[in-house]
Amino acid sequence: MLRFQINGKDVDLSGVDPDTPLLWVLRDHLQLTGTRFGCGKTLCGACTVHVDDVSMRSCLLPVKLLQGKKVTTIEGLSETGDHVVQRAWREHGVPQCGYCQSGQIMSAVALLATNPKPSDTEIDIAMSGNICRCGTYPRIRAAIHTAARHLKAKKGGDK
Amino acid sequence: MTTVHNLSRRSVLKGLVSGSGLLLGVQLGSSVFEAGFEEAAGADAGSLADLKVGLFLSIERSGTVTILASRSEMGTGIRTVLPLVAADELDAHRDRIEIEQAIGDRRLGSQNTDGSKSIRQLYQPMREAGATARAMLENAAAKTWKVPANECRAQGHAIVHSPSGRKLDFGALVETAAGMAVPKTAELTFKSPVQWRYVGKDNPIVDLHDLTTGAGKFGLDITPEGCKFAVIARSPVLGGGVESVDARQAKAVRGVIDVVELEEGEAPFGYLALGGVAVIADNTWAALRGRDALQIKWADSTDNQDYESDAYSKKLQLSVSKPGRVVRNTGDVDEVFGASKQVIEASYNLPHLAHAPMEPPCAVAHFSNGRVEAWAPTQNPQASQTAIAQALRLTPAKVTVHVTLLGGGFGRKSKPDYVVEAALLSKRVGAPVKVTWTREDDLRHDYYHSVAAVSCKAAVDGSGRPVAWLARAAFPSLTSTFRNGVKGPGDAELGMGFVDLPYAIPNMRFEACDARNHVRIGWLRSVANVYHAFASCSFTDELADAVERDPLEYTLDLIGKSRKVALPGVKYPNYGDPLARHPIDTGRLAEVLKLCAAQAGWGKSMPKGRGLGLAVHRSFVSYVAVVADVEVSKSGDLTIHRVDIAIDCGLVIDPDRVRAQMEGSVVFGVSLSRYGKITAKDGRIVQGNFDDYPVVRMPDSPKDIQVHLVKSEATPGGVGEPGVPPVAPAICAAIFRACGKRVRSLPLSEHDLSWS
Repeated sequence: MLRFQINGKDVDLSGVDPDTPLLWVLRDHLQLTGTRFGCGKTLCGACTVHVDDVSMRSCLLPVKLLQGKKVTTIEGLSETGDHVVQRAWREHGVPQCGYCQSGQIMSAVALLATNPKPSDTEIDIAMSGNICRCGTYPRIRAAIHTAARHLKAKKGGDK
Repeated sequence: MTTVHNLSRRSVLKGLVSGSGLLLGVQLGSSVFEAGFEEAAGADAGSLADLKVGLFLSIERSGTVTILASRSEMGTGIRTVLPLVAADELDAHRDRIEIEQAIGDRRLGSQNTDGSKSIRQLYQPMREAGATARAMLENAAAKTWKVPANECRAQGHAIVHSPSGRKLDFGALVETAAGMAVPKTAELTFKSPVQWRYVGKDNPIVDLHDLTTGAGKFGLDITPEGCKFAVIARSPVLGGGVESVDARQAKAVRGVIDVVELEEGEAPFGYLALGGVAVIADNTWAALRGRDALQIKWADSTDNQDYESDAYSKKLQLSVSKPGRVVRNTGDVDEVFGASKQVIEASYNLPHLAHAPMEPPCAVAHFSNGRVEAWAPTQNPQASQTAIAQALRLTPAKVTVHVTLLGGGFGRKSKPDYVVEAALLSKRVGAPVKVTWTREDDLRHDYYHSVAAVSCKAAVDGSGRPVAWLARAAFPSLTSTFRNGVKGPGDAELGMGFVDLPYAIPNMRFEACDARNHVRIGWLRSVANVYHAFASCSFTDELADAVERDPLEYTLDLIGKSRKVALPGVKYPNYGDPLARHPIDTGRLAEVLKLCAAQAGWGKSMPKGRGLGLAVHRSFVSYVAVVADVEVSKSGDLTIHRVDIAIDCGLVIDPDRVRAQMEGSVVFGVSLSRYGKITAKDGRIVQGNFDDYPVVRMPDSPKDIQVHLVKSEATPGGVGEPGVPPVAPAICAAIFRACGKRVRSLPLSEHDLSWS
């Protein structure tokens, strides 16, 4: 039986075609609609989630490959929506239409997890899989720098 | 001219707005109503159903202020900004305001969120709504305290009696206020700018939390109980239709419920569903797999089967080399050309573009008991309502259209063909149906931005200044989508940066040349300004180079002295605003260019391979200048280091959202400059996804975008679109300065920019 975790909860997908991409399982079967459909071909990043803390496109990822894995979606990023990256997004007023921003945020969180102080170029490369048609790129870049500073301050405070 | 009505005691408002207590409806002036909308103006007390009530503001006993958002939110922030204008005049607290998204309803006047019009049309009515409510609350407090009304004033969601310091919350006054007469517009007082709490300030959008947590509800996120999921295979050639279909394999796919054929639309396509073969399933993935398994033989389309966009583009270029219909004429250009020593010519060609909003078209509809309820990310809920009503032969009153958040619009979601599809399928299936367009559906069945050719010819005098200017434009008109037999450009499109060229040149002639449509033509962010500004700004730069003058000084010379440009004998819609209210003001055009150039450091020396280019353009009654700083490597790689963009849109209601729109306009303009091109072969659109229709990503977007806002108290102009047109010509001018390559067609990806 196919079993894995989404946002810390076990999900049982009996009855779901195991070839179904994670994106449509999230959206149609589990009503977790924060993960967006944009291209269906892993080209735009709107469907980005974390699988065992690694950012992945969910639109072509069959759920049968997720046996025993832990999936995090935008809904599971933080209890109250106050992850440091989400706060930075608000501080910079990043969203315009907002449709791509779930994916942008998930990619940014994954970037900062491996590179806590990325340069502009490193941000550009890490975020190049995420399209924003409204053109929020300058603010996304700025918000990632802000989030990086907040993360550093937080770590400093923990010591 | 607006009129505010006290509707607190009326019951005929069902469905328009929730709320009780004090309820005000603002009747908008006729200019806010689209042509063809006929209803009795001023309604009497008994027939409020005839009211053209453009917006609502209600205050409940709890003090909660509810403001109706009649326009759609597609990223401009309008859902936040307009209600805050009313809240400001009311002096309401932001955290005690609720914003309610309006359904489509003709009584609200135009809800078409389009043409950079929302602030232009609704800023003043929103102010009046807020000021009216404030005056009524002040009068109610005066009555309660038995003091003169002029001693009572609103302050932070309460009315304060200044002499005694007494204070009552709005909520405590609504019952009394609801019974009071509405003050006349002329009696209203408005805050002075220094008293503004929200207007002129940066306001976080109301959806900010939802849009950063995934909680925001777009069209694709609506799934009513019992909803079925549909995708549709549409004819690859416009108007082709299904010859035969074998659905056996599709029906065998797990989760597929049914396969339904939809009648093919025919020209004029307007907002008709395109038709095709729909696969209905119990989830989206099954519907997609079912569609893959369909075996369809498509019929030919006599009109469009042979459409080859590259050959068509060449035809347009030929078209603008010959005389066309004269749409503006001053002096005698032919005489001057005949006598001139120096005549310069160039022609410019731009391709079809697709809108490609990140959320593809999608809609949910539920037909039941002769009524339709629909949910859609639509820029135009009323057009959705009437298009559904026509398709299902219902009266519009039987159709309710709810507006969700829009995952981008850019003009695509003004056209409700996809909403009609959902309604048709729901009726056929007998259950709510969600229609999802894939990216391939979106790119292959769009209402495309026009392919266009523009030719320019100028004669210059000894100082290099043009004394004659001839321009010709050819492009299939968007009106061809709504009417058969349209031969070429329409007045509205020609009025977008073509006939209104604001240069001071004694002899000028503008001509429109024929062009037929072979795909659905639609309007895309800034519409015809894209190709008109590309031609006029690029040609100005070419002239400056030819006569060896500085492009900034030269452009300012062509703009000439500060004046209001008159266009006698020209059909000029001025973006739906009277010229008396929004003249073509060359002073503002020149000033915005000077500001941008100064901020960008115009004139600074640049190393070889790097250059600055500028462009300035008025559209949607606002003025925008762009200076691009680009680098072209010897191998031809383009880096856009910085773009400065300055806008004079009159009074800035929300600086942060105007900045965001300018940043977005630059990125949108860079996308169409670098990559934007839709092509047709054998009548079929070639591109299908972001691999062959690329848009700008973070690494190839400008490294730095600097926005400059002109401080102004002029009547507000448009913001969503006017930033786009000058971007492409500024970049191409900068490329010329950097490497000497003159670009007269887009996209840049088709040009070899290498140099040595």
